[in-house]
Amino acid sequence: MSRHTTQRLAFALLTLAAIVTTAPIVLIVGYIAATGLPAVSWEFLTTMPRDGMRAGGIWPAIVGTGLLTAGTGLVAVPLGIAAAIYLAEYAKDTTLTRAIRIAIINLAGIPSVVYGLFGLGLFVLFLNFGTSILAGCLTLAIMTLPVIISTAEEALRAVPQSFRVVSISLGGTKWQTIRRVVLPQALPGILTGVILGLERAAGETAPILFTAAAFFLPQLPGSAMDATMALPYHLFVISTQIPGMPIQIQYGTALVLLVFVLSMNLIATVIRARARAQRQW
Amino acid sequence: MAPSLATLKPPARASRNWGELIVEALIRAAGYSAILFVFLILLFLLREGLPTFAEVGLGDLFAVRWYPIEDYFGLLPLIGGSLIVTLGATLLAMPLGLATAVFVAEIAPRWLREILKPLIEVLGGLPSVVLGFMGMLALAPLVRETLNTPTGLTAFTGSILLAGMALPTLVSVAEDALDAVPRSYRDAALALGATPWQTIWRVTVPAARTGVLTAGMLGIGRAIGETMTVMMVTGNAARLPDGLGALFLPVRTMTATIAAEMGEVANGSTHYHVLFTVGLALFLISFLVNLMASAVVFRQKKRSERLLS
Amino acid sequence: MTTPPPAKITIERLSVQYRDGTESLRDISLSIPAHQITVLFGPAGGGKSTLLRALNRLNDLVDGVRVTGRILLDGEEISGPGVDTVALRRRVGMVFAQPVPLPMSIRQNVVYGLELAGVRDAARREWELEKALRAAALWDEVQDRLDAPAVALSGGQQQRLCLARVLALEPEVILLDEPTSGLDPISTAKVEQSLQEIKRLYTVVIVPHSVQQAARLADQAAFFLQGELVETAAGRELFVTPREARTNDYVTGRFG
Repeated sequence: MSRHTTQRLAFALLTLAAIVTTAPIVLIVGYIAATGLPAVSWEFLTTMPRDGMRAGGIWPAIVGTGLLTAGTGLVAVPLGIAAAIYLAEYAKDTTLTRAIRIAIINLAGIPSVVYGLFGLGLFVLFLNFGTSILAGCLTLAIMTLPVIISTAEEALRAVPQSFRVVSISLGGTKWQTIRRVVLPQALPGILTGVILGLERAAGETAPILFTAAAFFLPQLPGSAMDATMALPYHLFVISTQIPGMPIQIQYGTALVLLVFVLSMNLIATVIRARARAQRQW
Repeated sequence: MAPSLATLKPPARASRNWGELIVEALIRAAGYSAILFVFLILLFLLREGLPTFAEVGLGDLFAVRWYPIEDYFGLLPLIGGSLIVTLGATLLAMPLGLATAVFVAEIAPRWLREILKPLIEVLGGLPSVVLGFMGMLALAPLVRETLNTPTGLTAFTGSILLAGMALPTLVSVAEDALDAVPRSYRDAALALGATPWQTIWRVTVPAARTGVLTAGMLGIGRAIGETMTVMMVTGNAARLPDGLGALFLPVRTMTATIAAEMGEVANGSTHYHVLFTVGLALFLISFLVNLMASAVVFRQKKRSERLLS
Repeated sequence: MTTPPPAKITIERLSVQYRDGTESLRDISLSIPAHQITVLFGPAGGGKSTLLRALNRLNDLVDGVRVTGRILLDGEEISGPGVDTVALRRRVGMVFAQPVPLPMSIRQNVVYGLELAGVRDAARREWELEKALRAAALWDEVQDRLDAPAVALSGGQQQRLCLARVLALEPEVILLDEPTSGLDPISTAKVEQSLQEIKRLYTVVIVPHSVQQAARLADQAAFFLQGELVETAAGRELFVTPREARTNDYVTGRFG
């Protein structure tokens, strides 16, 4: 076989691999959209489930996922950005800094169900928060932290060093320099990381299984100490636990969850693209 | 002339005021918090998991029967289940992910790359429960018909979906590694008369070896920990896999066991403690995998620093 | 000029060492007179920039720099550990080789230092803005587009903006590290002309980008070679009748 035949064959195989990797994504998203769309109506989005969830809407699950995502952001965003500032601007290359980096890498790798166990042990039982939005948000926040920290640190490091030197040479303190020059320039990158982190939190089921999620609640949560329904858990419940569940409702729920998550993805992509176009350095 | 700034100059050493010191202390604390969280997680897994070893003998833990209702807590079927699903996923994902990374980094024209990369990112963003859902409704029947098995809910079905979940990490890390190979290597190979394919196969991929290895490890690490997808499509039968044939039978993984059973156990019971022990094992596995992966990355960085200085 | 002018900065036996053991400055003693232009020149790697950065403590930003000896500003030590470097940098401003406009508007760039120093009075800031831009010979070119992004300016304009940014703080000393290295001859002339005018109010220390520029600007010149201060002289003396052979070789173009 000549070298060029080999090359043609190899390239054909590589192309095939790329198709096998990406085609299912289009198929999955397309199929869910096509099958789920007829089920999605104003009523479906805004009413309580009825008849053992076999009819009615998914309103409490939508609200629950919204609350869980927002609450996670409330905890993880300031903490994550602050940690990123520490790593990018303050930390020297010491053993402690390395320990922090290893800790972050490990936090990123811990299975989501183990976060669930941890949340159950610490927040639900030990701190006695019970199965609640609070316990769920705290669990999800710690899980989301490494994503936010690493993307935010990368965004901070991308800001040219010369800006920092100039600001300091003009009599700026370290913090003034960070707040007035570095952070604003890194903001789009940080925002992208925050959204991607929260996107993951919004779609997760395992961490909220024992910390926040309720099988069925025909009302909206009244406080942060209440359990809540959530879209991913709801999809799990109606697709595995309830016999005779209309397939339309299942696909409709999957579609709403997908739209919720993928629109966050889209927003992150748009922010990144716009920032790249407007960047002055 | 306006008053000179001298009149505004703060007294010596006052310019780092209290507010700033507090902000910096908070930032420092946030930085350290990552270590705190890892310790807290380990602490609570130990706290709830360790009583297992007082309540169940080691011999009973390393047994082949998992039937908690009758106090059989043999972990081997769960460990075997996790291993076989992960093995299957690795066998599928590694070649596919590498080939895709090579295609995206080396062959695809720019416009195609701009489409493929976000698409793969979307795969990474799909909630695992949605993948599990599609796996149950679309993939499992397909597996049943093609393999002519009694059920489509098999380890193999889980492996396919897990491979899909590991792919985005694998592709992006491997692609970064390929991108980092200096242009000059490629130019030199091409100048010596190698075809583009020979250049990729003999020069670029070997040069990116460590990065590719890291990608594989991180992908596998992700696969072992995946929960919802696996729980929904692998049939959840706790039986010890006895060879590669078990790939096409239902299994039950460590993660799925925790997720499925934790909701129904009494807090503080032996079953409860054993589930935490399973979680502890998962924690330690992911800790090791990531430690090894980061050791590779650190070593690589040191080497490049040496070369530069 | 019969009596020597009073020293604004006195450098006593200053040595600077980097962590890897390389010595950047060796036992430098130099007196920098007020309201004059002091030129530090010599081939690259001679330690000129390190000396500039020691004068406003920018070396502090580099890990593991070891400084021995003393630097006095108006008789007050500024090289020791207990110095308020933030306040010092407001008194000793710096312009870098590459113009680095901060990613903001022209106006924000100029008043940036004032805002950091806590000047809240908007009218005061506007007044300083115009004064600084005029002193840097930039006002006529930008007065009708002060809110345009600073990166939109040409390289020469950017460098004058950087000078204006320092002048707005009304420092006592201005340090310039090859400020015209990237500029065309016309922009260079404008910057040099500004320097001649502002030295009445400030003390100027400059690392020039050529011997010719050094000769044009110097009220006092100091020749640096491999971390050593070879010789110092007032006015153009160093360029006409250097005492040291090494200085002579350099200014007549035999090396460097």
